[in-house]
Amino acid sequence: MKIVKILKNSFLILAACLVLSACATSKKSTGQMQGDVYTGTDTVEYLASGVPDRVFFATNESVLTTASRETLRKQAAWLRKNSNVTIVLEGHADERGTREYNLALGERRANAAKDYLMTYGISSDRISVLSYGKERPVDSGSNPLAWSKNRRSVTVKAN
Amino acid sequence: MIRILFILLFLLLPFKSNALIEVDITRGNLNPLPIAVSPLSIDENSRKNFEKILKKKNIGSEISIVVEKNLRTSGLFNPLNKDAFLQTPDIANIKPRFEDWSLIKAQALITGKVNFNDDKLRVEFRLWDVLAGKEMMALAFTTVPTNWRRVGHIITDKVYERLTGEKGYFDTRIIYVAEEGPKTKRIKKLAIMDQDGENNKFLTLGNELVLTPRFNPTSQMVTYLSYFKNLPRVYLLDIETGMQEVVGDFPGMTFAPRFSPDGKKIIMSFAKDGNSDIYTMDLENRIVQKITNHPSIDTSPSYSPDGKFICFNSDRSGYQQIYIMKSDGTNVKRISFGKGLYGTPVWSPRGDLIAFTKLHKGKFYIGVMRTDGTGERLLTENFYQEAPSWSPNGRVLIFYRETKTDSKGEGFSAKLWSIDLTGYNERLVDTPTDASDPSWSSLLSN
Repeated sequence: MKIVKILKNSFLILAACLVLSACATSKKSTGQMQGDVYTGTDTVEYLASGVPDRVFFATNESVLTTASRETLRKQAAWLRKNSNVTIVLEGHADERGTREYNLALGERRANAAKDYLMTYGISSDRISVLSYGKERPVDSGSNPLAWSKNRRSVTVKAN
Repeated sequence: MIRILFILLFLLLPFKSNALIEVDITRGNLNPLPIAVSPLSIDENSRKNFEKILKKKNIGSEISIVVEKNLRTSGLFNPLNKDAFLQTPDIANIKPRFEDWSLIKAQALITGKVNFNDDKLRVEFRLWDVLAGKEMMALAFTTVPTNWRRVGHIITDKVYERLTGEKGYFDTRIIYVAEEGPKTKRIKKLAIMDQDGENNKFLTLGNELVLTPRFNPTSQMVTYLSYFKNLPRVYLLDIETGMQEVVGDFPGMTFAPRFSPDGKKIIMSFAKDGNSDIYTMDLENRIVQKITNHPSIDTSPSYSPDGKFICFNSDRSGYQQIYIMKSDGTNVKRISFGKGLYGTPVWSPRGDLIAFTKLHKGKFYIGVMRTDGTGERLLTENFYQEAPSWSPNGRVLIFYRETKTDSKGEGFSAKLWSIDLTGYNERLVDTPTDASDPSWSSLLSN
């Protein structure tokens, strides 16, 4: 009995250690980021069940990541089912760039999302694009995690 | 807005001698020139009249305070404490006792007189070289009383020009974006103020996002970006009448506007399908011309003062860099080759330099380089700063700076700052609210 109890306790301690160390590493090195692309769902809203409204980008990039493509495929499927819905793609940049360049970058990001939706059969008539540059951050932090949440294209229902 | 209504009445003894004092503005403010600004003298009758109209007890002293503050801010002059002045303003204006002024170490002296004349404000002033014991300049102006601050600015411009050999920048205004509210929901309004931060006025209500206002160098027109009805477009605004109109009929976002040096064209970016190119629109015949044609981001265009060249920002090399080209879009040449990213190039009104923002290793810099990209010089480093705008004489840059927020995302602020081309004399420009995107006007009077 006693031995079992000791074993049990040490197991618990071991498990706790594992959890703690996992927390420590994930917080320090990646958080909810992969490279410098945000992969969490902190700020995400859902257009429908299982259809996230936004995709995230790396610094100075407008290339869609694997995760972004998956999100956009879900959006496309939902848009095909709801053919009366029109959308605005709002492109954003983080605060670490000049205002004018960021306006162009936001537009480029939103268009990357638009192009991808179009390859899944969504007509360009249903999509408009609006860049906010760095004017509308979702996270007011001045750190890499906040910036990664702000580099985004958000799909917003327009009607 | 009241148009320029200064009449140069007469020019007393325009004295020119090379032996008199000079201020070297190319070397920074290590030894600002000690100067005494005597309060402008005023007779009791005039004083009472102005007190009634302007609610200022002694308009003569008030004008001299404007001059004094301008001179101090320039970093080139050290206005001396008035308590040390031995001679009364009225007598000093007739005949300064130079021994008294040199005793308090003044090298130059400004004196003057204010009169109430036909409901107008009449001001005369003199600039004296204390060591040589000579009058260097004497001028008189007549204007409406409410223009008294401008009289102070014009006096400063004349003194600055006489002592440095270059035009001043004091009778000018700054247009900028006033900011309020949390970082995630910032409210932005166009605002305008005198160069010294006085007479602040909001030009829009904050109902829509507005960005990057820029003065027309030849008139009181402004071009800026507005998100009116969620359609980001370049607008034109007449500050005097408040009339606004959209510039051109573009099927998408137009942004990064600036005037050509003759004020007749607007140059800007137009974004379509993820690609931004540079366009111009002639304000008279409304003809739109495409200037760049490249599948990269081309933005932040700025003309050379002769209108023959354009510098701009492009990421065609993979990253943001500065390029120049002829104004028809030919002969595109990259000029920035240092480490880091470069943005917001602005051509100096003198023509020889381009000011820019640089991002390198997580720091932002305001710097200048020659128009061929050589001689890069970084003037100031900070967590975030960008968008330099030149004073009309090309000696000072104004830009904005943002603070880093704390771990809770709080403590954000945006402020205007100025710095001399020499890299000295960095100063906070006071504004009633947070501020960004400053643009310096030309001299209002010449």
